[in-house]
Amino acid sequence: MDFLTQIINGLGQGSIYALVALGYSMVYGITQLINFAHGDIIMVGAYTTYVMLIMAGTPLWAAILAAVLFCAVVGVIIEQVAYQRLLNKNAPRISLLITAIGVSMLLQNLYQLIFKSDAKSVSNVLPSFPIPVGPLEISSVTLITIVTSVLVMLLLQILVKKTRIGKAMRATSEDAGAAKLMGISSRNTIAFTFAIGSGLAAIGAVLYCGAYPQITPYMGSMLGLKAFVAAVLGGIGSIPGAMIGGILIGVAESLTKALGWSQITDAVVFGILILVLLVKPAGLLGRNIKEKV
Amino acid sequence: MAVLEAENLSIVFGGLHAVDDVHFSLEKEQIMGLIGPNGAGKTTVFNLLTGVYTPTTGQIKLEGQSILGKKTHQITRMGIARTFQNIRLFKDMTVLDNVRVAMNQKMKYSAAAGIFSLPSYWREEAEVEEKALELLSVFHLEDHASDRAKNLPYGQQRKLEIARALAAEPKVLLLDEPAAGMNPTETAELMETIELIRSRFHISILLIEHDMSFVMEICEHLVVLDYGRIIASGSPEEIRSNPKVIAAYLGGE
Repeated sequence: MDFLTQIINGLGQGSIYALVALGYSMVYGITQLINFAHGDIIMVGAYTTYVMLIMAGTPLWAAILAAVLFCAVVGVIIEQVAYQRLLNKNAPRISLLITAIGVSMLLQNLYQLIFKSDAKSVSNVLPSFPIPVGPLEISSVTLITIVTSVLVMLLLQILVKKTRIGKAMRATSEDAGAAKLMGISSRNTIAFTFAIGSGLAAIGAVLYCGAYPQITPYMGSMLGLKAFVAAVLGGIGSIPGAMIGGILIGVAESLTKALGWSQITDAVVFGILILVLLVKPAGLLGRNIKEKV
Repeated sequence: MAVLEAENLSIVFGGLHAVDDVHFSLEKEQIMGLIGPNGAGKTTVFNLLTGVYTPTTGQIKLEGQSILGKKTHQITRMGIARTFQNIRLFKDMTVLDNVRVAMNQKMKYSAAAGIFSLPSYWREEAEVEEKALELLSVFHLEDHASDRAKNLPYGQQRKLEIARALAAEPKVLLLDEPAAGMNPTETAELMETIELIRSRFHISILLIEHDMSFVMEICEHLVVLDYGRIIASGSPEEIRSNPKVIAAYLGGE
């Protein structure tokens, strides 16, 4: 019984990782940039939720909307200000990576300056009560998290598979040069991808606040790193891969806890990263990319 | 009036004049060939025409309007589409989606309309799908519409690339070695296709090709490049007997 409950908890946590991992993966797929500032977007989303819900007292839907819009805008601003010129000039990846880490630090310190470094409490974001499912009791928060994530991911699938901007994203990710020559503006496509990725992270942030109602300016780094591990596990660049990777990491974490090894959950997650890199560096669903030497 | 004009076109990479003072004008519904030995700068000319490179000097006009300084995707939208020497399809996308992607810019519905499948989405996507299928049928590819592009045989991949370029509704189509790697039957078929494209879509075609019998038969006008410069231009008959061209191809003085 306890085992099943833990699996369900893992699915809840995992779907948050999945939402965040999608942002890493989609941006990587199109720009080959690992956006290490992406984790901090969750923090931005969490603080937006805090400002709206606790400070301004707006209803939940307004807070979610504000978080999604604000994060999307922040994501696009980061792309335009920090990355665009480097991408246009085909800068070496290491420059992009260092820039991303710089942006991450900037966001953390900016929020520390504005909100101070002490933890803020964002309680009761989501209605919390136990739901009996057969012999189990599941928290309503977990259920809402899972259902919301699944819905959002379905919408994302429609967007990517069926719409023109989705086709532009897939085309740019396969061959940016050819896509341009088919009349696709890579600039708009990249900006849109950052907006979507950051919006997903914002939804992840609201759900995260539902489960863990404590926020700090540094909350994004560990969450972001784990989501990054999820993206690598699933195969970075692959959208279904990010979803599967997120869920797997979440379940692995909660099973570790269920076995009574709570102290080493982080070690297990990063152990998985090392294992993936050793055994199947392309990830579960990743494309095998031959690096030119 | 010329559809596409290049005047004094040059590009310098470091000290290398990859394209040097090239000029030509492509008339409406004309098929023109750009030939020359390997490394003569033919593909560089294509890259200049599509905005991949910016010329060091010179002017390019599409229907009298300068395209200099425009971005690649803007030039495509203005009416210049191309294929590639080494096929560059979106391999993991379906044959149909490859064509639809090039029709993207003509659709107007918003991303939200797409996600929530609003009427504007259905209407525009249905129109585009119909057009795309029609285009595929010109190339006898309609039966493969839902196959992944990478699973098509080589000859059909080449055709799909042309179909994709046409989907952007160009005024000028640039074909970079369309007959490369084709056997004589496929080449003959390709010639028919190119003629068909011209008469059906009323467009001008500029092509790079090494297969001389192909070029001589299909092109009305030829421009010969060597070391980035034009060494001859004229009708296939004039080119065939031009001593400079023979020297460039066979070596000698």
